[in-house]
Amino acid sequence: MNEILKLLEEDSRYTPAQIAAMTGKDEQYVRDTVKRCEEEHIINGYTTLVDWDRTSEEAVTAFIEVKITPQRDDGYDRIARRIYQYDEVESLYLMSGSFDFSVIVTGKSLREVSRFVSEKLAPIEGVTSTATHFIMKRYKDKHRAFLVEPEQEERTLFI
Amino acid sequence: MMDYERIMSRRVKSLQPSGIRKFFDILDTMQGAISLGIGEPDFVTPWHIREAGVYSLEQGYTKYTSNAGLSRLRAAASEYLKRRFDIDYKPSEIFITVGGSEAIDLCVRAMLNPGDEVVIPVPSFVCYGPLVTMAGGVPVYVETKAENEFRLTADELRGAITPRTKLLVLPYPNNPTGAIMERADLEAVAEVLRGTDVMILSDEIYAELTYGQKHVSPCNIPELSERTLLVNGFSKAFAMTGWRLGYVCGPERIMKQMLKIHQYGIMSAPTTSQYAAIEALRNGDGDIEMMRDSYDKRRKLMLKGLRNLGLTCFEPRGAFYMFPQIGGFGLTSEEFCTRFLQEEKVAIIPGTAFGPGGEGFTRICYASSVENIETAISRLGAFLERLRS
Repeated sequence: MNEILKLLEEDSRYTPAQIAAMTGKDEQYVRDTVKRCEEEHIINGYTTLVDWDRTSEEAVTAFIEVKITPQRDDGYDRIARRIYQYDEVESLYLMSGSFDFSVIVTGKSLREVSRFVSEKLAPIEGVTSTATHFIMKRYKDKHRAFLVEPEQEERTLFI
Repeated sequence: MMDYERIMSRRVKSLQPSGIRKFFDILDTMQGAISLGIGEPDFVTPWHIREAGVYSLEQGYTKYTSNAGLSRLRAAASEYLKRRFDIDYKPSEIFITVGGSEAIDLCVRAMLNPGDEVVIPVPSFVCYGPLVTMAGGVPVYVETKAENEFRLTADELRGAITPRTKLLVLPYPNNPTGAIMERADLEAVAEVLRGTDVMILSDEIYAELTYGQKHVSPCNIPELSERTLLVNGFSKAFAMTGWRLGYVCGPERIMKQMLKIHQYGIMSAPTTSQYAAIEALRNGDGDIEMMRDSYDKRRKLMLKGLRNLGLTCFEPRGAFYMFPQIGGFGLTSEEFCTRFLQEEKVAIIPGTAFGPGGEGFTRICYASSVENIETAISRLGAFLERLRS
């Protein structure tokens, strides 16, 4: 199973036939495994890595450090749920160290993101402080470098 | 007017240039062509290795090293060979060369007297024969067979050995066939060589790239180790082709003589590359596993693709090439590959480029993207369909 997952994580467009060939497994087995992983939420979706900076789309991403007071009974999870259900939130992680949550927020402009932080995120009960860092350039995401280096020149053609 | 043709070395002139040059002239002019003809990793050298090279430049390490190479690198190579292959060479029995190619050249030149014969199993990498000729020796080609999984058999070897035989080249894991020699195969070789003075030149540049079983070196066979010169390098295991770095290992008395050729012809291998190589040998095992695993997946993908097209293809056990049979269409290998390139824009190499015995085969490199492999297979399918109809 893990071998199949690793291949899909590498490129989710691999077809069951390709994965079957590469792992030496039966195609039906691959289909069944993927289906089961989807049902068990081991696979939580398929998406595309877009470098929006190369498009005309205006987009801003911020990384926000959030400190909270954990709630009785629910600990961090209840506040987390109240944060991540906003569509603006791209990712949410519970962190070790000097703050509690790392929240990645996307919006169309600095103002839109700032408003989200001041009007939605900061007022959530239990949130004690936020620190917003705007992302200026995305060099690499999910093991993919976004800067494309030119190919080496004059390579040998045969050996 | 100087008549260069008349005055140049007859030996050099006798060498055949690579017959597929024109092939790549065609490729050069094509849009949207895919090349599965280049025999090199499709990975860039892992960053921590490149960074070690960069750091050495920052430190100002830009001078020659000692002729034999940095002692830290030779020590690292000694430890690496022990750790990965259970091969015992002291640092003093190892020296650093400009790629495996120089190491092969040195072995040949250090061992041959005029007229000495060198047994070369083919199909194999293109350099052995010409280097032997240049050293005044005589290449003796032994055609390995698909039905023997392109291994060198004891009978084939016995038939090739004469009193003039000085060297036996063991190019395994093999480019272009993907063949390997297992322990029993090497023990059979040992039996044939028993009582002779024949030395082995074991070109193990693909040693890290075997699938399903670990590489066995003649150095692992007690009877063969004393008669073996081991050639290895960084190009294939660590995706370092452009760094031009390899090494040769053997009995100290031979290394001492061999080093003289290196000393006069080369001085020392590139210093930056040597610093990067120390990092590769010490901390690169994970990179090797990652790359091998990736090649293995593509190996399976391509093998299945070729077999689905109805081609007979020996399952390669090492390196990163397929060597399917493409005889039976009324075309020579060269015609097949030329037409395939012209009609479907995919470059693969005719088996005949790798010596006698390659007719009827083609070498396809699978160190390419899954997308390229799939496109090539589908274009090959279309091409075969036309040939069959």
